[in-house]
Amino acid sequence: MSLPPFQRFLDAQAADVHRFLVAAVGAVDADDCFQETFVSALRAYPRLREDSDLRAWVLTIAHRKALDHHRARARRAIPASDRMPEPVAPAQPSALDRDRGLWARVHELPRKQRAAVLLRFAGDLSHREVAQALGCSEEAARRSAHEGLKKLREELSA
Amino acid sequence: MTPEDLPLPAADPDAVAAATARFVASAAADVDVAYDVFETPVGELVAAMTPSGLVRVAYSDWNGGPDAVVEDLARRLSPRVLAAPARLDPLRRELEEYFDGHRTAFAVPLDWTLVVAFGRRVLRATAAIPFGQTSTYGRVAAAAGNPKAARATGNALGQNPIPIVVPCHRVLAAGGLGGYTGGTERKELLLGVEGALPPRLPG
Repeated sequence: MSLPPFQRFLDAQAADVHRFLVAAVGAVDADDCFQETFVSALRAYPRLREDSDLRAWVLTIAHRKALDHHRARARRAIPASDRMPEPVAPAQPSALDRDRGLWARVHELPRKQRAAVLLRFAGDLSHREVAQALGCSEEAARRSAHEGLKKLREELSA
Repeated sequence: MTPEDLPLPAADPDAVAAATARFVASAAADVDVAYDVFETPVGELVAAMTPSGLVRVAYSDWNGGPDAVVEDLARRLSPRVLAAPARLDPLRRELEEYFDGHRTAFAVPLDWTLVVAFGRRVLRATAAIPFGQTSTYGRVAAAAGNPKAARATGNALGQNPIPIVVPCHRVLAAGGLGGYTGGTERKELLLGVEGALPPRLPG
């Protein structure tokens, strides 16, 4: 048993990582984060333990890149009065638009809840894997995801 | 809201492919092993480059298929293996010229990492046999510094990790064609390209 060639790892994980990043940072910025995720993964890959869960590992890296992205965006944030007007929404939002809107709301959650909801539901990791990615207890990961969902539900029904 | 109300974002295969291609283009220079799989007149080859040079040429059908070759490289060299066809452009070009009869020597640098000790001396001696000429196991053994090691020489040639470019097909048995890593048909074809096919022996 040894690490698979990086190419095989890339082929196996690219779709899941991209989908997670689209949910985490939006389609426009997902490409940059995707690139940074796999560049970091390539660098660290030979030091990885052979029995590692590669999917949880690379999604943890993607989560950190998404976090960096959110921090950078917060630093760049401009006052509301200077913002360009929002583009006009299409009259009949498609299912895809609705999903995007939902994930955009996830971005506004408090940091821990956002991370837990994204890793659990966009990354499809178990609560235990989410806990490892976030460096918290499984119970705390479960609670953060639960609270995040609760908050989304409240916002949607408001 | 239940988890079921938060659907996984739709996967977009085109976007994934584009992002992956962009990553490979940016990372190709940093990988330890870049490989490509391509067709030639002697069948499908898997070829791999390290930063030092060409480290492996394998006949797909003779080595368990591209996946097996790539996994073997990951095990023996480094797991940082990536399909990066552009890194193999010079080799592909030289092979085309060779099979078209316009090239008698390969210029791509070689990485000898996969062969050690006597085997490396054998293959270096083999690399010195000119286009259009042939040698024998005995003569190559002598050129490698051990005239009596004909069997070890045969083994080293049989395990040549860089066939065609390191022309083990130019080494013949005393009484005939001898074996070849890739099958004797390929050996004949390569010698034919070079105009160095020995006359067929009866029986």
